Amino acid sequence: MMRSAWLDPVREPTRRLSPQVLAPLAVLLVAFLALNVAIAVLIVSGRLDGHWYDFRDLGNAVQALREWLDDRTADQPGWLSDLLGDHWLSYIVTALIGAIGILSFVGVVLLVLIWVERRLIGRIQVRRGPNRVGPFGLLQPFADAIKLIQKETLIPRGADRFMFYLPPVLVFIPGLLVWAPVPWAPHMSYLDINVGVLYLIAISSLSTLAIFMAGWSSNNHYALLGAMRTVAMMISYEIPLSIALLSVVLFTGSMQLSEIVQWQADHNMWLGVLMPLALFTFFFSSTAELNRTPNDIAEAESEIVAGFHTEYSGMKFGLFYAVELGNAVAVAAFVGTFFLGGWSLFGLEEWVPPYLVFALKIAAGYFVLVWLRGTLPRFRLDQLMMFAWKYLIPISLLQVILVAFERSIFEHWDVPGVIPLALFTIVNAVFAVRIVRFWARFLGYRPERETLLAPTLTRSVGGLQAAQRMRTVR
Amino acid sequence: MESTGIVLGFWLLSGVTVASALLVFLSRNLLHAVLALVLSFLGMAGLFVTLSADFIAVAQVLIYAGAISVLLVFAVMLTPLASRDNANSLFVLPGVLIGAAFAGIVGFVAIDVDWPELTGKAVLGRDFTTTVQGIGSALLDPYVLAFEIASVLLLSALVGAIVLVREDEPA
Repeated sequence: MMRSAWLDPVREPTRRLSPQVLAPLAVLLVAFLALNVAIAVLIVSGRLDGHWYDFRDLGNAVQALREWLDDRTADQPGWLSDLLGDHWLSYIVTALIGAIGILSFVGVVLLVLIWVERRLIGRIQVRRGPNRVGPFGLLQPFADAIKLIQKETLIPRGADRFMFYLPPVLVFIPGLLVWAPVPWAPHMSYLDINVGVLYLIAISSLSTLAIFMAGWSSNNHYALLGAMRTVAMMISYEIPLSIALLSVVLFTGSMQLSEIVQWQADHNMWLGVLMPLALFTFFFSSTAELNRTPNDIAEAESEIVAGFHTEYSGMKFGLFYAVELGNAVAVAAFVGTFFLGGWSLFGLEEWVPPYLVFALKIAAGYFVLVWLRGTLPRFRLDQLMMFAWKYLIPISLLQVILVAFERSIFEHWDVPGVIPLALFTIVNAVFAVRIVRFWARFLGYRPERETLLAPTLTRSVGGLQAAQRMRTVR
Repeated sequence: MESTGIVLGFWLLSGVTVASALLVFLSRNLLHAVLALVLSFLGMAGLFVTLSADFIAVAQVLIYAGAISVLLVFAVMLTPLASRDNANSLFVLPGVLIGAAFAGIVGFVAIDVDWPELTGKAVLGRDFTTTVQGIGSALLDPYVLAFEIASVLLLSALVGAIVLVREDEPA
């Protein structure tokens, strides 16, 4: 066993911790546990509910801050209250809090998750991944960022300069805006509008044009090809994605993200369990929108160099890279919100801060994305297009019809909600399996084992002579 | 009167919208014109937001800035030599005339009609349903016939496009 451990290239050399390090760690652990017990007692006694120090929902603190600020500014009108209304100070402060919160969250997440992704893929591909800069290679993203910032930005000859400069910035804006309506806790979301789902689809469709600009202005065939592929793929996969979200909206009866999560929390039911086909459609279409691995033909390295950002260097490339990763995290967040119950976890959110629950779900979703990237090969362009138009769109439309029926049954059937939901779960799961099989058969696909389990011997069809006869006949 | 911020926002957004709409036919490069058009769509969406029409604003971004613009870009890319320039053509004069006439009609109607105006506290007092639900029930209740006709029209356009570009099966 000793030898195999040495030969295993992934395993780190084990580091033993000295007692001088262990003792403070143990003290910290005990202190942490004591803190948790104290918090649990506080929550049980109900002293935390809805007050500003209710750390389970940072929205409460912000709400208290807003009320305090409104009280302060109510009796002294100035030119700012003329300009922005009576609550100008609380508007500005909350806007700043939200913006800084989103910016710092996305920034930190990008820096950490680049490292996570590279390490995980390294582990999947039986190599080490970055492990030189800092402990466990944790400082590698910083080193990369510094390197990218100080690199020169090259502009290809004949490129459209103005349109070449714009796309990295334009791509980044939707990547940040998309985080605005995400609910982290019952009252903790920056922009809880009642058209949240539509807002998400609209914002994410904006980056298509930026990507096209990048490819077109580079004056490079590979870049243009990559951009055309990306645009074609994005507008194709937006349809099944929207249809999948439509069944979510249909069943919960709201486009407001916080209400969708609240519905799942109230009924103790994840929409992903209720409609597995919609979950699959959403997830797969999102990987196409993200240009991530099962569907990364837009930047297939072996075919068209790097796709639309072939000509970008330095921090401009860095921005594209960061946005791609940030959007992957955002997709994990949306899968969590729409299909995996958001901040709720069957009552656990009363005890643990809901945003931690949600962060855990994001991490799980992101892990699946990285896993797919490390495991799956790439589809061909025509396969992807066919899959979207001939496969995903029809079956998700059928799913929507089914969900509409279920919704009206749910509305009018006068029994406790658990019974219809359990019934619908079974119906939907059976439907998903049956329709996937049926539609594949309908399109002319057969499971491989039907042909492979009965091998035909060369001799049984006439052997080598038969082949030669066929050649002479031709 | 409304707060100054809304008025300021209105002028800013309409300035952006009008300026980029002008750029659409002043810029020589056709793709630059398309991008200016997108900017003017976004400005329109902003104007809808200042009118508290969230749904229309988001639909504007989704359909015009997200989808129609991509369609335009595809049209430009697939048309031979079209991306070279956005030069003057014989249609400038009729185009300007039609545009002016249309603007005149719309402006006349906007000024002439006695719109019901609600400002400030009166708006808050009014019991508005949320725009999504209002539009949804309006589409499926009084206007369901128009809605269905529009969807059948779109479907037939889709089928027609497929029939037009379909190649004959190789025999």
